[in-house]
Amino acid sequence: MTLEPPWKMESQRGAFGKALVELGRRNPNVVVVGADTTESIKTVDFGKAFPDRLFQVGIAEPNMMSIAAGLAAAGKIAFAATYSVFGSGHTYNVIRQNVAYTKLNVKIFCSHAGLTVGPDGATHQLNEDIGLMRGLPGMTVLVPADAPETAKCVDVAAEIKGPVYCRFSRTDVPTVTRPEDPFIVGKARTMRDGSDLTLVGCGIMVAKCLEAAEVLAKESVHARVINLSTVKPLDVAILDKAARETGGIVTAEEHTVVHGIGSAVASAVAQNHPVPMAFVGVQDTFGESGEAEELLMKYGLTTEKIVEAARAVLKRRQ
Amino acid sequence: MAEVTEQTIANLKRHATILRRHIIRMTHNVQSGHPGGSMSACDLVTALYFHLLRVDPQNPTWPDRDRFVLSKGHACPVWYAALAERGFFPVEELMTFRKINSRLQGHPEVGTTPGVENAAGAEGQGLSFSVGLALSARMDHKAWRVYCIMGDGEQDVGQTWEAAMAGAKFGLDNLTAFVDRNGIQQEGRTEDIMPLEPLAEKWRAFNWHVLSIDGHDFRQILAAIEEAQRTKGRPTVIIARTVKGKGVSFMENKIKYHGAATSDEELKLALAELEVPP
Repeated sequence: MTLEPPWKMESQRGAFGKALVELGRRNPNVVVVGADTTESIKTVDFGKAFPDRLFQVGIAEPNMMSIAAGLAAAGKIAFAATYSVFGSGHTYNVIRQNVAYTKLNVKIFCSHAGLTVGPDGATHQLNEDIGLMRGLPGMTVLVPADAPETAKCVDVAAEIKGPVYCRFSRTDVPTVTRPEDPFIVGKARTMRDGSDLTLVGCGIMVAKCLEAAEVLAKESVHARVINLSTVKPLDVAILDKAARETGGIVTAEEHTVVHGIGSAVASAVAQNHPVPMAFVGVQDTFGESGEAEELLMKYGLTTEKIVEAARAVLKRRQ
Repeated sequence: MAEVTEQTIANLKRHATILRRHIIRMTHNVQSGHPGGSMSACDLVTALYFHLLRVDPQNPTWPDRDRFVLSKGHACPVWYAALAERGFFPVEELMTFRKINSRLQGHPEVGTTPGVENAAGAEGQGLSFSVGLALSARMDHKAWRVYCIMGDGEQDVGQTWEAAMAGAKFGLDNLTAFVDRNGIQQEGRTEDIMPLEPLAEKWRAFNWHVLSIDGHDFRQILAAIEEAQRTKGRPTVIIARTVKGKGVSFMENKIKYHGAATSDEELKLALAELEVPP
């Protein structure tokens, strides 16, 4: 079901940039708008391959988003790509009016999501974008677990009719999926089977859920692990099944627990088959400067915290 | 462009009066909406929809149509009135403006109203959207053009100037912008709220081709658009001096009518002033 550790560490930005060039080759209708981060987010390679199809607008993300919307309104598949804090936070109301409300084919791809941005500090660590974007009617929200999934997000985003938001990391992340694994929008994927409880993760936390399941297995607790790479539309069926079959759920995300995947999962589970839950993620606080791993440790986004949360859920169930 | 005859001007004046009557009645009917800024932009919209734009009411999404973008979304009564009079939807439907289950939302929505190209209401996004449209037309070697009407209040918005820089950078000579320079925004005179002058010099400094005209003089409007069409290598902005509430004496230059409808008594007076020429 999944690759065994030790996992290779790979760049999601690299995978994004490469997939975008390949998509551009297949589909001349694909255009990209950049905002002074094209080197960093690797859209620069698209610009080199197709100089007439990359539009650099400088440090002007609202402009980037509305220009992408205008291009899409005239029939283009427009990718707007930058760091998440600029591409979703700064531009929220432009996305809302010009993209989501207008139901346009704009694909917002943002790296530098979450704490793992690292030394740049809290101004650049956006832990609120999943909540912002999943609240928008009609927005598809993708959180790829690793580099191969990031590449697949590019392809599926181009297929979707309508707006898409995809967020991923600045740092290299463990590769837990294979290029040949299926990736279907709206379908979560079981990465490890188990019947005692379920760990639901997205992004970099999927690897940590798999590690946590390994730790729990040594305590004879068989945890199921679900990779929630589509946050919206939510795979309610797989979550409902997990609740009924395993009786407890822990969610893990590199995002605030106020309105991230934990809330999404809880809302779905509460309406179908409520079970005890726990939420691993950023606890309603801003981050700070530090190395990625140090930050994950300090803010409790670790394998150990998932294991602890799982034990607590099991205890509450008894 | 063909010579502008007296008959053309007379026809445009007639259409503009009809649109103004619609604006007054639509906003009176629902006792909300923004008549003042709709009436200041009315002659620009009339010139576009009844003389210049290549659009097809029977096929609102015709790919080769000219694109009209109303960045100052609150002025949508004039847009809806023009679309209805051009046959995009029945004129009777104008009275559903801002009502529940209507296709005519309080601010423009794409997909519901035939002929509406952009959502607007949050100010300052329309010019950027127009830049995207114009880039697409140029990429595809299409002849259609983009016309965008902004409010002068929108000149406060940072994104307007982001778009201004981009329009000049990309040399979008297929893009024509208008500033409906009525001098009044929601809370007062633009020069009191946030001074804009020297506005033409600002746009010139942003490397646009700048024209300043009387926004209620059809000959000047048509000549300016013609000059914009001839201008190569850069976009044109037409700063149109207008009067908020233009056409009804007691509404002209009144801050109140930015966002207030007429009373029953005022309605009668306004319609009496807006007599449609034969």
